[in-house]
Amino acid sequence: MYDIKSYINATSIEAAVSALAANPNAMIIAGGSDVLIRIRDGKKPQAELVCIRNIPELVGVTETTTGLRIGPATPFSKIAANELVKKYIPILAEGVSQVGGPQVRNVGTVGGNVSNGATSGDSAPSLFALNAKLELVSPEGKRVVAIADFYKGPGKVDFKPAELLTAILIDKSDYQGYRGQYIKYSIRKAMDISTLGVCAWCKLDGTKIADLRIAMGVAAPTPIRSRKAEAAAIGQEYSSELIAKIADIAVSEGKPRTSWRASREFRLQLIHELVTRAVAEAVRRAGGKI
Amino acid sequence: MEQKITFTINGEEKSLYVDIRESLLEVVRDRLELTGTKHGCGVGECGACTVLINGEAFDSCIYMAVWADGKDIRTIEGESCGEKLSVVQTAFLEEGAVQCGFCTPGFIMTTTALTESGREFSRDDIKRELAGNMCRCTGYQNIANAAEKALQTAKECCGENCCGKH
Repeated sequence: MYDIKSYINATSIEAAVSALAANPNAMIIAGGSDVLIRIRDGKKPQAELVCIRNIPELVGVTETTTGLRIGPATPFSKIAANELVKKYIPILAEGVSQVGGPQVRNVGTVGGNVSNGATSGDSAPSLFALNAKLELVSPEGKRVVAIADFYKGPGKVDFKPAELLTAILIDKSDYQGYRGQYIKYSIRKAMDISTLGVCAWCKLDGTKIADLRIAMGVAAPTPIRSRKAEAAAIGQEYSSELIAKIADIAVSEGKPRTSWRASREFRLQLIHELVTRAVAEAVRRAGGKI
Repeated sequence: MEQKITFTINGEEKSLYVDIRESLLEVVRDRLELTGTKHGCGVGECGACTVLINGEAFDSCIYMAVWADGKDIRTIEGESCGEKLSVVQTAFLEEGAVQCGFCTPGFIMTTTALTESGREFSRDDIKRELAGNMCRCTGYQNIANAAEKALQTAKECCGENCCGKH
């Protein structure tokens, strides 16, 4: 049995927020593929859970007048199969379909992946490249923050007390005309955590790069954008030489550490290689010939 | 703390009180005594506890029992029609895809979801779809062969003897 002290099945956002406000020890559970394992590990003794998996507004992907609204309690497999995701933001489908294995993807959720603040989360590089915004609701009201401002450190995110992630928002201007690729490097092809992940998201203007976003996971304590590399590319004619230069700059922006999975040096090498490959593929998918 | 849940297990409706601390795996094995579903790693990595929930494969060890309320659950015990094995079970036997057998129920449930999805799977797709199930006895060659055979047979269907279970 899990070491669980109490369980509240919230059926609305309001009910979830008031349950969180009523109990400072309360912990949100959606899919459970992280939370139940932490409980099993003894890291959360006497867990007091507020379950959000049955709140209809938190599940599914919808198209709004401004862009896409992704329900944070949507499982990875449902994100990967979603027609709107595949059509407008295929880099997110590419990211979430590389999480764990099929069973884990049926249960784990994209919002959980963001909320646990891991630099290795497979949805993070794509969401960073898409300039995703997070809608958060607490007893104080609703606020919207940029995803890059939400990550504060390894496993640390900017939740205020009793705050719930209620939507992941992507603006139209952040996906219209863009194409890209997410590459995950891991020791095993499945059931493994990313050693390094890179997402490139590109918009072309003829033979020029109109915009390029490069986001990396495990390249620093939080997912990061490679802003200098992006700046060096924007407005330039795409070429293999330019991509080599971008990759060099991206390496200078990475601050990976050595862990049992890989050394800092190997991760720097991966940044170079994966940025090179992902940017070239993003240019190709955006209609360029390289 | 107990909660009443109502669900179908292998086609049969059941209502029972479960403890909020219980996993679906514990309910299936210890309360319903359906011990074909195995307890392997307990943390959603090995797939030995795979069951179908509303037709999709889940690790029952990381699924709270209270979440089963209103769901359609299938375990290995419900896969044969009487004496007649399902298409997937038959393929695993014929291809020798079983050694100690501990991982087999999980592999069969995951493969069953594939055969019922109506989708086509290449050899690489099959490997990807079975990546959440581990076998520690032997290689995966015969398991992938069995899944390939089951998918082919299910597509052709078993004709008038078809029980609807693949």
